[in-house]
Amino acid sequence: MPVDDHVLQQVAMSRDEYARLLDLLDREPTDVELGMAGALWSEHCGYKHSRPLFHHFPSTGPYVLTKAGEENAGAIDLGDGWVAVFKMESHNHPSALEPYEGAATGVGGILRDIFAMGMRPVALLDSLRFGPLTERANRRLFRGVVAGIGGYGNCIGVPTVGGEVQMHPAYSGNPLVNAMCVGIGRREHLLSASAAGVGNPLVLVGADTGRDGIHGATFASVELAADSSERRPAVQVGNPFMEKLLMEACCELAEQHKDWIEGLQDLGAAGLTSSAVEAANRAGTGIEIDVARVPRRAQGMTPYEVMLSESQERMLVIPKREHLDDVLAHFRRWELHADVIGVVTNDRMATIKDGDQVVARIPIGILVDPPQYPPIGVRPADLDRIQNEDLAAQPDVTDASGALLRLLGSENLASRRWIYRQYDHQVQNNTVVRPGGDAAVLRLKQSRRGIAVSTDCNGRMVVLDPRAGGAIAVAEAARNVVATGARPAALTDCLNFGNPEKPEIAYQLEEAIIGLSEAARVLNAPVISGNASLYNEAPGGSVLPTPSIGMVGILQDVTTRLTIRPNVGDSIVLLGADVPQGAATLAGSEYQWLALARLAGRPRIDLAHEARVQDAVLTLHGTGRLTAAHDLADGGLAVALAEMCIAAGAGIDAAGIEVGDRLDGALFGEAQSRFLVATAEPGAVAALAEAAGVPATVLGVVGGDRLRLGPIDVAMADATHAWETGLDEIIAQI
Amino acid sequence: MRAAVLVFPGTWSDGDCVWALQQVGIESRRVWHRETEIAPDELVVLPGGFSYGDYLRCGAIARFSPIMEAVRRHAEAGGLVIGICNGFQILCEASLLPGVLMRNESLQFRCQDAYIVPVNQTSPFTSGLDADRGYMTPVSHGEGRYTADEATVRMLEDSDRIAFRYGTLDGRVTPEANPNGSVHGIAGILNERGNVLGLMPHPERSCEALLGNEDGNAIWRSALAAVGARV
Repeated sequence: MPVDDHVLQQVAMSRDEYARLLDLLDREPTDVELGMAGALWSEHCGYKHSRPLFHHFPSTGPYVLTKAGEENAGAIDLGDGWVAVFKMESHNHPSALEPYEGAATGVGGILRDIFAMGMRPVALLDSLRFGPLTERANRRLFRGVVAGIGGYGNCIGVPTVGGEVQMHPAYSGNPLVNAMCVGIGRREHLLSASAAGVGNPLVLVGADTGRDGIHGATFASVELAADSSERRPAVQVGNPFMEKLLMEACCELAEQHKDWIEGLQDLGAAGLTSSAVEAANRAGTGIEIDVARVPRRAQGMTPYEVMLSESQERMLVIPKREHLDDVLAHFRRWELHADVIGVVTNDRMATIKDGDQVVARIPIGILVDPPQYPPIGVRPADLDRIQNEDLAAQPDVTDASGALLRLLGSENLASRRWIYRQYDHQVQNNTVVRPGGDAAVLRLKQSRRGIAVSTDCNGRMVVLDPRAGGAIAVAEAARNVVATGARPAALTDCLNFGNPEKPEIAYQLEEAIIGLSEAARVLNAPVISGNASLYNEAPGGSVLPTPSIGMVGILQDVTTRLTIRPNVGDSIVLLGADVPQGAATLAGSEYQWLALARLAGRPRIDLAHEARVQDAVLTLHGTGRLTAAHDLADGGLAVALAEMCIAAGAGIDAAGIEVGDRLDGALFGEAQSRFLVATAEPGAVAALAEAAGVPATVLGVVGGDRLRLGPIDVAMADATHAWETGLDEIIAQI
Repeated sequence: MRAAVLVFPGTWSDGDCVWALQQVGIESRRVWHRETEIAPDELVVLPGGFSYGDYLRCGAIARFSPIMEAVRRHAEAGGLVIGICNGFQILCEASLLPGVLMRNESLQFRCQDAYIVPVNQTSPFTSGLDADRGYMTPVSHGEGRYTADEATVRMLEDSDRIAFRYGTLDGRVTPEANPNGSVHGIAGILNERGNVLGLMPHPERSCEALLGNEDGNAIWRSALAAVGARV
C-alpha cells in the first residue's frame, strides 16, 4: 500500500528516504516503525547534512576524556581526578512559537545531557539571537526567552553565569536560543548512556508521558512557515521542580551507587525512541519496550504517541538486574516515579510491544544509519562584490565622541544587566567572576583550580566570510577565556544555519565548519560536543550563519583570575596590533552596522598571530603583572576601553596616542587578535609582549572623570549612563 | 553549636548554607523534610530554593512537611531558627512569622548585591552586628516583597521585631536600596522571642572573599556568640 504524502510530511521523510527504508527493511514499515525512523532520520537527531562535515573537527587534545559523539556530552580532565562535561544545544523553533516554554525546556534538556553522565551541573550559559528590539514582536520574544531561561534555571538551582545576545534583522521571526551547561564531578563517577547487559531492565524515571512534543524533532528539522503556529503542540512544557529531583537522584546514584547501574540516558528529542535506540546502539545490544507499561498523563495514547512523545523531565536507567530493587527504592526516596518498561536484548533489534502485540520490530542498525547528504555548496553570487567593496570609500567618522556614546547605548553593546539580574548567577557559591565581563569564572570547591566559560559568535562576520567568520567565533570565545587568565581547553559548538538544501547555505555551513575547525586546532581547543540546528528560516529569509561556540578554559589557581576592571592608577596597554587600523577592519563591525545599516567587506584573521597573542597574555598573567584584561571585539578599541573604564569607575587620558589617518578604523575597527591589559608596570609588560612578537602600545593611566582616546573626549558619567541604560530603555517600550 | 540544614524537595541553598556555616566553624547535618527530630542545641536553617516548585504559593506545601512540627516545637522551646529566602516564605506560611512575601515590585526575578542594615540590636542573630553600617547579602528571588497589614507592620516596628532593612554600605535606609518594594524596606523580621529570623537575602552567599564578600558570616557569628553567652 503506497504511503500518502501527508504521512511522510508528518515525519519529515522524503519519498526517496521512504524508498530507502523499504529497501533496508524489505517490507513496508508499521506506523510506529515509520514514526521511529522518521524521528531518528530527521536532521535534528540524524545530522543528515552536517555529519558529513564533522570529520573536519579536531577531536583530541591533552585534556579530552570523552570525545564528541561518544556520549551525551564531551568530557575534559581538569586534573586531580576532576572532570568537566559540557555541551551546547539549540531550542530555536520551539522558542519562536512559545518563547517562555521553548527557552525553559531548552535549559531543561541540556541539563539532562549533563547529569545523564553523572556530573553535577554547575553552570548554564545562553547564546541568544533576536531581530531588532525596536520591533515589538522581537521584544516579546526576547522578554519571553529571558523569563523562560530564568524560570527554569532559577528554580533548579544551577547558576546562569554567562552567555551573549546579539540582534540583527535576519533573526526576526527565527530567534536563536542556544543553551550550554557545564557539569563537574569525579572521573570515577562518569556514567555511560549505554544499554549494556542482556536481560537488564529498562527503567523509565520522572514525569509521566503525555502527548506534548510529538514530532518535536521533526519540527526542528523543517523551516518555520506561516502556519507554524499550528505546530504549537510540538512545543513541550517544562517542570523544573521535577527536574531538580531527577538531577539530585541521578547525581547521587552516580556518586554513591554507580555499581548498581549499567547506564543512564536522558530523554530528549524523539523521546523514548532515540533514548532507547541510542543506548542500545552504544552497547551493541537490542531493546524490547512494552508501551503499555509506560505511565501516561493522557488517556488513549497510541503506541506511536508514546514512542515519540517529548514529555520533559524523563530519564532512562539501565540497572543491573540484581540491583533493580535498589534502584527503584532509590528513586522512590526522591519521590519520583520509576517503572520497568522493557528489557535489554541481544538481537540488536528495537522491539516495541503494546501488551502482547508487537507494533514495531526494526533493526537498530537501520534506525541509527540515516541517509547522509554531503552539502553541495555554491558560493553566493554577490559575495565577491560584497567582500571587495572598498570600505575606505565611505567617509570617515566626524563625531567620534558621539559615535562612541551611540555604540555604548546600542542594543548590541549596552550592558546586559537587564538580562542577567533576572538569572540566579550565584547559587552553589562557586561564581568567582560574575556575568558582565569577558568570561565567567567558577571555582572548584575541593581544589585551587577554576574554570572560565564563555559563549561567542558574530554572525555578521560569518555571513561576510564563512571560513574566517567561523575561525573568528572560536578565536573570540578563546580570547574571552584567556582574558580571565585561563587556558582554553576544549569547546562545544551549536551550528545554527538556514536550509542546507540551498546551495549558498550549504556553502556557509561547510566553510564555517572548516574555519572553526582550523581555529580550534591552532588554538588547542578541540571540539568535544555539539549540536546542529539547520532550517533556521523565517518568511524573511535565512538567519545569519551562526556557529555558536562555547569555550571552557582552565585556571590552575583560581585566586589569580582577572576581570575587566582595572585599578585607578593602572596603565592600560593595547596588545596584538598597533592602534592605527585601516577602514577594511570595519568589515562586519558594530560601527559599520550603525553607520551604514548594512554589512560589507571581508573580515580577516591570522590564526598563528592569534595564538601568539593569546599565549603572550597568558604568559604575562603568569608573571603576576596584570591586574585586568579585556578582549577587543564588537565596537573595537574605543568600546573595549570604555567598558574597562566604566568597570573602574574612572576615565583615562589617551588623547595623545597616534591614531593614524583612518579614525573609524582605529577607534571602532574590529581587527582580531587584540587585548587590552591593565598593569602597574607598563614598561615591563610592553617589553615582554614585544619580545614575544606581539605589538604593544601603552595608552594611558586610569583616572579622572573623562575618557580621552585620540579625538574622543567624553565624560565618564555620560558613557556610563549610555551603557547602563541602553538596553533597559529599548526593552521598556511596550 | 551544630546546625540542622533542612532539605525540602526543591531546596537548593542547602549546600551553600553548609559551606558558609563551615567558614565560621559550625558543623551541619542535612535533614530531609520527612525526618522528625531536631536536637535542642541545633541551629535550624531553612535554606533557599523552590520547595515543591513553588507552584501553589511559595512555601505553602512545605509547611505540611513532617519536619515542620519539629521546627515549631524547637522554636517554642527557644531554639534558634533562621529561614532564608524560600525558608522565610515557609516560616510565614507556617505562621511562625507574620506577613507574607509577595511578587517583587518589578514583577521580575532579581539576583543582585544588596546591603542590609541591622535594626534590632538584641536578638541572637543581630546582637553581634554594627547598626551603623550595611552588610552585603545578595538577593535572589522573584517573590521577596515583604507585606503585612498595617497593624502587623506597626506591631513589628513597635516591638523591635524588624531585624534588617535594605540600605547602603554606610547604613542609610533608602528607597533605592530596596530591591523588591518591601514595606518599610523590611529585609528580615523576628518572632516575638527573637529566636526565629526570616531573612530574604542570602548571607550564605557572602561568605568568602573569593566570592566577593564575607559580610554574611557576621550573622552566623552573632548567633554563635549569643549561644555561647547563653550557656
